Amino acid sequence: MAFLDKHKILERNATLLLVFSFLVVTIGGIVQIAPLFYLENTIEKVEGVRPYSPLELAGRDIYVREGCYVCHSQMIRPMRDEVERYGHYSLAAESMYDHPFQWGSKRTGPDLARVGGRYSDDWHLVHLRDPQSVVPESVMPKYDFLERRRIDGEHIQELLATHRMVGVPYTEEMIELASVDFRAQADPDSDFDGLLERYPGAQVRNFDGAAGISEADALIAYLQMLGTLVDFSTFVADANR
Amino acid sequence: MGQYIKLIVLGLVALAAAIAANYGRDLAYQVHAVLIMLIAGAMFLWEVRQTDEPRIPAPQNEYMDGVIRAGVIATAFWGIAGFLVGVIIAFQLAFPALNLDWAEGYTNFGRLRPLHTSAVIFAFGGNALIASSFFIVQRTCAARLWGGNLSWFVFWGYQLFIVLAATGYLLGGTQSKEYAEPEWYIDIWLTIVWVSYLAVYLGTIIKRREPHIYVANWFLLSFIVTVAMLHLINNISIPVSVYGSKSVQVFAGVQDAMVQWWYGHNAVGFFLTAGFLGMMYYFVPKQANRPVFSYKLSIIHFWALIFLYIWAGPHHLHYTALPDWASTLGMVFSIILWMPSWGGMINGLMTLQGAWDKLRTDPVLRMMVTSLAFYGMSTFEGPMMSIRAVNSLSHYTDWTIGHVHSGALGWNGLITFGALYYLTPVLWKREALYSLRLVSWHFWLATIGIVLYAASMWVTGIMEGLMWREVDANGFLVNSFADTVSAKFPMYVVRGLGGTLFLAGACVMCYNLWMTVKAAPAKAPLSTAVPAE
Repeated sequence: MAFLDKHKILERNATLLLVFSFLVVTIGGIVQIAPLFYLENTIEKVEGVRPYSPLELAGRDIYVREGCYVCHSQMIRPMRDEVERYGHYSLAAESMYDHPFQWGSKRTGPDLARVGGRYSDDWHLVHLRDPQSVVPESVMPKYDFLERRRIDGEHIQELLATHRMVGVPYTEEMIELASVDFRAQADPDSDFDGLLERYPGAQVRNFDGAAGISEADALIAYLQMLGTLVDFSTFVADANR
Repeated sequence: MGQYIKLIVLGLVALAAAIAANYGRDLAYQVHAVLIMLIAGAMFLWEVRQTDEPRIPAPQNEYMDGVIRAGVIATAFWGIAGFLVGVIIAFQLAFPALNLDWAEGYTNFGRLRPLHTSAVIFAFGGNALIASSFFIVQRTCAARLWGGNLSWFVFWGYQLFIVLAATGYLLGGTQSKEYAEPEWYIDIWLTIVWVSYLAVYLGTIIKRREPHIYVANWFLLSFIVTVAMLHLINNISIPVSVYGSKSVQVFAGVQDAMVQWWYGHNAVGFFLTAGFLGMMYYFVPKQANRPVFSYKLSIIHFWALIFLYIWAGPHHLHYTALPDWASTLGMVFSIILWMPSWGGMINGLMTLQGAWDKLRTDPVLRMMVTSLAFYGMSTFEGPMMSIRAVNSLSHYTDWTIGHVHSGALGWNGLITFGALYYLTPVLWKREALYSLRLVSWHFWLATIGIVLYAASMWVTGIMEGLMWREVDANGFLVNSFADTVSAKFPMYVVRGLGGTLFLAGACVMCYNLWMTVKAAPAKAPLSTAVPAE
């Protein structure tokens, strides 16, 4: 083991030891991460995927703030039971505008990747208010305070602009009308044609059934759109994936 | 002159924090700004009172142990805090009423869980690593810490990071990346502290008076530099406004998932493994009073471990939208990683050659050896769980939680307790520990606690994995998700009890260490001023 004797050089020079060990630990990351940015088949092109509407994005921030990802995944694996239980397996494109991703790592509660449209707004509202009243076995905490907290989308324009900075294709128009769209989506009496044009498939409702916009409105708007953007009746998986 | 610059900087920081508090957009940000304003203001006043007072220079021929004593206290304190939050959230999962309805969500599981993980990994583990690395590097280099008071800055700066991170989670400031939840300004602060830590550590090694750098320092050095790299890349984000805590990650979806688990798994690999192996390489030979078993093995397993660990991240993403080639690489390297991991365990255990009898009389050594056994067990379990077929069952279940805890409680917890039992009498110049009987009590409380924890999580994990995939003769799913939740209840109670035992053991330790400092007889004055040579 003569080559081990050469190790004395590293053992006697702190800078060399530092530089050498740093080089050794960079390799794995470079090989695994860098190709994901340029290999084209990493994210397949899928019809229907669009950036989040302002209200959905605000709801997503509440989802992050409350740590929902700690117990709920948003990544359906292509196994029979998961596809049966939760729906079509998750596509890379479906989370391409998620900064950061919300795949999660633990299912203390069920997967939410396709929870959109599965339950009514009322169910969500009651469930957030008191989860055990609709699912007696549930161990989820109460989120009744969400419907008591008003939000006005004061900084929503800046939020969209920051998302555009990191690559989400929000147009000039979308950013300019961010707070208009934010209010329109929670008010079925508003003029929401422009919103639907900018965010195809966006759902316009008074999600919490109460006047004004609450955090529950935003969160339910987010939950109700999860997994609904891709039409799987026409979707064909790319063969070389 | 330096003092005046310090005064100006502190004054400006206090002013900037006051402005930030005024314009702050969210609660976490406002509270943090007020906190920083108060700290900078208090330091300003203290500095003013010290201005132009004569200062006694610290003796340069002694080891710098004050900061390590502070680190020992901080480790014990954050340990208890982290374990306590762990016990609370364990029982929250069994009894959801413990989420406290009146607290308006501030004590919900989703906010307390990051508090628990950060408190044990970064506050308890981090303080243990900083304190013991400062101890080890001085002793093995025969040199005083480089940089004067910079090591005190590292200590207090790190405590500030912990307080900001912990309060941030409770108040809703999180970027939702597991084990990297703190928001942008806390990340920037940690970067400053961590670079100072690297400077102190490397500076001390460079001015060493031993020709060779001891093996413990290889591990600690690679841990510090790798964690810096991981932290910087995983936290690249753009703040929405300088007046708010919210930031937007630069990476998204698949790429972000890959970067996150490259970070996440190497927080385990470098923070909780390489760093703690450095600790092990000093304290096990010291406590056993034997040299390290094999020098060659330490070279091979060091380079193999740091090279291989960094590849293992994608095994967290099997069967997801991550391309198969990446998760296959992650799986293959995770399995190879089994070997260098066991290399470390073997090197540690075999160090006891000729001293195995000490296990009967020395409960501290018993604790260290048990920690190596848990290290070996969880580094076998980990590669096994990284195999795709096993992972398809274990992923998303409590099995993962059990695996993490047999590593964290068994390996990191017990080796840290062993190090604290070694350090306290040395740092406070006591003859011996106050009570070895209490160490034995701690050992058994902790070990039984870990066994209850790991066993209950194996049962729930495998059970829920099987229940989720169970189909009847007609091909329909047998269990609703809610069925699996209620089936786990008894095991969740057992897990909570295991955690309670572990916490009780740590409380016994704190009492024992306290009494060692207060009541144990002082060591003969021989060691009052050991020159750092």
